[in-house]
Amino acid sequence: MSLSEILWVLIKTVLVVSVFLLHVMYVQYFERKVIGHMQGRMGPMRVGWHGLLQPIADSIKLFFKEDIIPSSADKPIFYIAPIIGVVAGVSTLAVIPLWSGFSIADLNVGILYILALSALASFSVILGGWASNSKYSFLGGLRSSAQVISYEIAMGLSLVGVMMMSGSANLSDIVNAQKGGWFIVPQFIAFVVFMIAVFAETNRVPFDLPEAETELVSGFATEYSGMRWALFFMAEYAGMFVMSGLAVVCFFGGWSGPAFLPGVVWFLLKVYSFIFLFFWVRATLPRYRYDQLMGLGWKLFIPLALANIILTGLIKLL
Amino acid sequence: MVPLSWYIVLSAVMFCIGVFGFLARRNLLIIFISIELMLNSVNISLVAFSHYLQSMTGQILVFFVIAVAAAEAAIGLAIIIAYYKNNPTIKVDEINLLKG
Amino acid sequence: MTLPQLFFTYFAISMTILSVLVVTRRNPVHSVLWMLVLFIHIAALYLFLNAEFLAAVQIIVYAGARLVLFVFVIMLLNLKKEKTEKKYQDQWPVGAGISLLMIIFFVLIMGKITELPALGKYSIEAIQSEGSLMTIGKVLYTEYILPFEIASVILLVAIIGAVVLAKKRIE
Repeated sequence: MSLSEILWVLIKTVLVVSVFLLHVMYVQYFERKVIGHMQGRMGPMRVGWHGLLQPIADSIKLFFKEDIIPSSADKPIFYIAPIIGVVAGVSTLAVIPLWSGFSIADLNVGILYILALSALASFSVILGGWASNSKYSFLGGLRSSAQVISYEIAMGLSLVGVMMMSGSANLSDIVNAQKGGWFIVPQFIAFVVFMIAVFAETNRVPFDLPEAETELVSGFATEYSGMRWALFFMAEYAGMFVMSGLAVVCFFGGWSGPAFLPGVVWFLLKVYSFIFLFFWVRATLPRYRYDQLMGLGWKLFIPLALANIILTGLIKLL
Repeated sequence: MVPLSWYIVLSAVMFCIGVFGFLARRNLLIIFISIELMLNSVNISLVAFSHYLQSMTGQILVFFVIAVAAAEAAIGLAIIIAYYKNNPTIKVDEINLLKG
Repeated sequence: MTLPQLFFTYFAISMTILSVLVVTRRNPVHSVLWMLVLFIHIAALYLFLNAEFLAAVQIIVYAGARLVLFVFVIMLLNLKKEKTEKKYQDQWPVGAGISLLMIIFFVLIMGKITELPALGKYSIEAIQSEGSLMTIGKVLYTEYILPFEIASVILLVAIIGAVVLAKKRIE
């Protein structure tokens, strides 16, 4: 690898990460607006035109808040737990192809890389809950660890169907394999299982049991405040973006679309429609009970994903 | 180029640290983690051999080690939980119900 | 020292230190956390050895599933009095002696290895032309199909065993 190549990779990384963080900041504004309008409210309106500067005001506020650490907390783990989540969420971006031929690292094991890093991201919730040394946080962490183990299996198995259809685990190859038609049609079961597993993996409603405001007082994040809490928040939204990106790449043809718009615009449009789906579900569905969540994962989604693999294999064989 | 022997020495050192943890610690969970450490050190040497001998066998063996170790951890942890329900301790020297 | 050797030296030193940390921490959660860092180092070492697939599996299976399971079990058990009791068993010097003997034993064996078997056909170029995933898949499903099936049976037995052990006895 020559020096110019290394420089080019660095430039790409800085570019993608900074644009991504801007998106993460504003997606929270988007969420508040969408949910506000769905509930017959206006959402944030005060700061700037229609509240457009609200995210900046919020981040300034969070940045200058006191960083409170409980006296009985396990300090080193308490410090690093939110950082694990953000690092894992942001470094997942490296393999997602934003448009034809553009991804920071074109890995042959792209899907596995994303699965691995999303597994690491779950450690931030578990360890954050454990290190706070408070009952609510602890319960949140406990719930999160069980939830992650169960739903990761379903998510991985649902993506096996996509890998079988495209014959590759490289995300660019998967997009190129969808020239003849998006995988949403032949892999519909996989898509449904994947989407529901993603909701559980990113701790979003209706599976937001680790943070459940009404029963656990926001669970693993109870003891966090200021910038560290904001990092947890950022990690959750980063996870949403990455998982939406993965869904778009695996089932909706990635950057492909009619030629009047460039590929990256199509990609972002598709990603944002998934983000909208997350908000829509949040405004619509109530939270699941814990035993229902586990039962659903083990008794319905894992068998469904396995059946989908067998079905895909049979179709490929015939 | 890194010589093959370096990898083997690293693997041997990690294995022996795992052996020490396995023999010396009282906490059953840490003993389990030491077993994982030993398995992983063996995996390193297998992958190194696979790379230097240009053969796929080492990597396949690692694959099987990972699969069998998963079974071992699942059963082992289930045994710990089942035991803890009857006798709430996970110190190996206090687990002596079968001693006459 | 060349650049790869420098990298390896870093990995070797940090992995040894991490292993020692893993087996000597009093708190099992700290042990698991150092183990997580160690696993990431091991995965990086696998990348170094051209085994991308195993590196990804290492993180997914070990870090993502196994360690989460460990943390889950640690959280289920009440380990509050762990802080005051002694860490090691009475026979710990014997354990240390045995592991030292084993290191000497391994190094002596290392000296005896003079020739290695002939090189196989999976050179780096051959693997890279097909991709690590494709190569390992082909070997796994042709040469090693029987062990593969047996491994699946072992996993099935483990699932049944874990369910039997963990479920409540219904009178």
